[in-house]
Amino acid sequence: MAERIISYAEAIREATHQEMERDDSVITFGLGVDDFKGIYGTTKGLLEKFGPDRLFDTPLSEDAMTGVAIGAAMAGLRPIHVHIRMDFLLLTVNQLFNIAAKTSYMYGGSLQVPLVVRSIIGKSWGQGAQHSQGLHSLFMHIPGLKVVAPSTPHDAKGCLIEAIRDNNPVMFVEHRLLHLFHGHVPEESYTTPFGKARILAPGSDITMVGISYMAADCLRAKHLLDQTGIKAEVIDPISLVPFDYDAVLESVRRTKRLLVVDTAWLNCGAAAEIITGVLERLNPGEHIQVRRMGFAPASCPPTKILEDAFYPDPASIALTAYAMCNDGKTDWTPDYKEEKEIAEFRGPF
Amino acid sequence: MTLEEKLYASIYRIRRVEEEVSAVYPLDKIRSPVHLSIGQEAVAAGVCEALGKEDTIFGTYRSHATYLAKGGNMRKMIAELYGKDAGCCRGKGGSMHLIDPTVGALGGSAVVATTIPHAAGWAFATKMRGQRHVSVAMFGDGAVEEGVFYETLNFASLKKLPVIFLLENNGYAIHSPLLTRQPANNIAERAATFGMPVTVIEDGDTMGIYNATAKAVQTIREGGTGPFFIEARIYRWKEHVGIGDDWKFGYRSQDEAQPWLERDPMKVIGAKVEAARRKEIEEGIEAEIKDAFEFAETTPFPPVTELLTDVYRN
Repeated sequence: MAERIISYAEAIREATHQEMERDDSVITFGLGVDDFKGIYGTTKGLLEKFGPDRLFDTPLSEDAMTGVAIGAAMAGLRPIHVHIRMDFLLLTVNQLFNIAAKTSYMYGGSLQVPLVVRSIIGKSWGQGAQHSQGLHSLFMHIPGLKVVAPSTPHDAKGCLIEAIRDNNPVMFVEHRLLHLFHGHVPEESYTTPFGKARILAPGSDITMVGISYMAADCLRAKHLLDQTGIKAEVIDPISLVPFDYDAVLESVRRTKRLLVVDTAWLNCGAAAEIITGVLERLNPGEHIQVRRMGFAPASCPPTKILEDAFYPDPASIALTAYAMCNDGKTDWTPDYKEEKEIAEFRGPF
Repeated sequence: MTLEEKLYASIYRIRRVEEEVSAVYPLDKIRSPVHLSIGQEAVAAGVCEALGKEDTIFGTYRSHATYLAKGGNMRKMIAELYGKDAGCCRGKGGSMHLIDPTVGALGGSAVVATTIPHAAGWAFATKMRGQRHVSVAMFGDGAVEEGVFYETLNFASLKKLPVIFLLENNGYAIHSPLLTRQPANNIAERAATFGMPVTVIEDGDTMGIYNATAKAVQTIREGGTGPFFIEARIYRWKEHVGIGDDWKFGYRSQDEAQPWLERDPMKVIGAKVEAARRKEIEEGIEAEIKDAFEFAETTPFPPVTELLTDVYRN
């Protein structure tokens, strides 16, 4: 059977469409979900199909609308609340941390909040300090929330369907540049289970774990490393909470090296958590080398020369991996040209 | 029972449970901050008596009164205060988080104003299903200083949701009087600008609160639309948290309280109930209270293995 190739954004739209069709209790709302752009196409056509009761724009009231989503979820609906930038989630955290995450536990299991919060991390073309933040580690900190960040169109569709059917609040983390990626996506409905990582490419010398868009950059770094003979294994964790430590442990026991690359800052971040979790699970006498990469410890600058320096990229990831495999040596310059989706990306959004 | 009898029973039940909680409190069996509704019972009682079982109320951390008035199980309430496994939240909620979804008693949050949008979300769901149910957001005068209050009024009005915004205005946020926090005591006027009908009950009258709620409920039952805003002015007799009086601290005077103490809602509504019926009602409730505390004393604590259950739902 021929592979069916669609974009990540189309995969999100298809998952939403199929679930809204399957289950009347699924509703979608958020700023701009019903406009002519439809959140980069991820909600396009759904208004015409499902009507304004089940897909609607909202006032600029992220705090209250998160509360409305929670109340609706308590009453049995399955809301998908969409935020075009992850930065805006900071207006939702009181409701998500104090209510959504705690409802099941604090009320003794008598109530649940089946809620999906979609948000998109921005990057490039001058997104700047408040359109670029990767804040997933904040949500990983709070028991009761699940956090997923699939990197492929296939897993984007499967994870979103899984998230909608989950009876817990799920933070569904997307990346603006991943929306442009194309890949094989079956037309029929399917779920991608949480807590199961995917080995995107096998290797024997170093394990690279890439979160969200960084999974793609790790794959590119792997191809650069091919020039040096280093065989890198690339893992997409897909879900951050729950996290598939078994898959990463199995890999690092073979490679003895672990590099975690995040699309976020490092301090108290997902990379630190993953590395600690792996080290704690190793047996006495088992030793591995670890490194992490992510945003520079500054706010994201819009001017390109600084923006390029702010992010890890395939060349810096490959060089870090090279050094880990060569006693810290950096006597190699990867032959790297800026990736198409960054070079060709134009805003304004 | 007549309406007056029901209202008297509801208020008496809340008053007496909280008095028993106060009596037991020094024994350290209830290890949970309690925010009492003594003196304010008319609000929860008046509103909940006008609601049906299918209607829902989202309350606050002062959650005893709404839980009881909406029909919450008293054994489960006292067991929860005692931290027992048979509590309404299995010992994981405590006094500020009493809920019973089976009777529509929800809310219960220590973070002021957080539950206001939940009532709107619940109302959105019932409206979408074509049910003519009412959802009540109950909150205090401090909550209206939070942005989420105005955001929710805006959304509920925009979508014509079947929600009643019920302001329980006791004039204080902990120890701060309303006029040190807001330029005027005119919250209902502000709500009216969102285009919803507003009713203010100035004197804490139980029947007035009941009638205002009943009118809103009738509108929804007959296919009309919300939202509605009801302000009940009332007075907190006890300290913000805990079981004591706090006149001695000087932030409010007993003179200010005097008119409220004199028109005690329990006595006002009780006067409308025949003495023999009143006695019958009281005896029934006293037996229920005795049973609930005995149950809480003897029922077991949760096993330690409960620590990690219900963090996530299956």
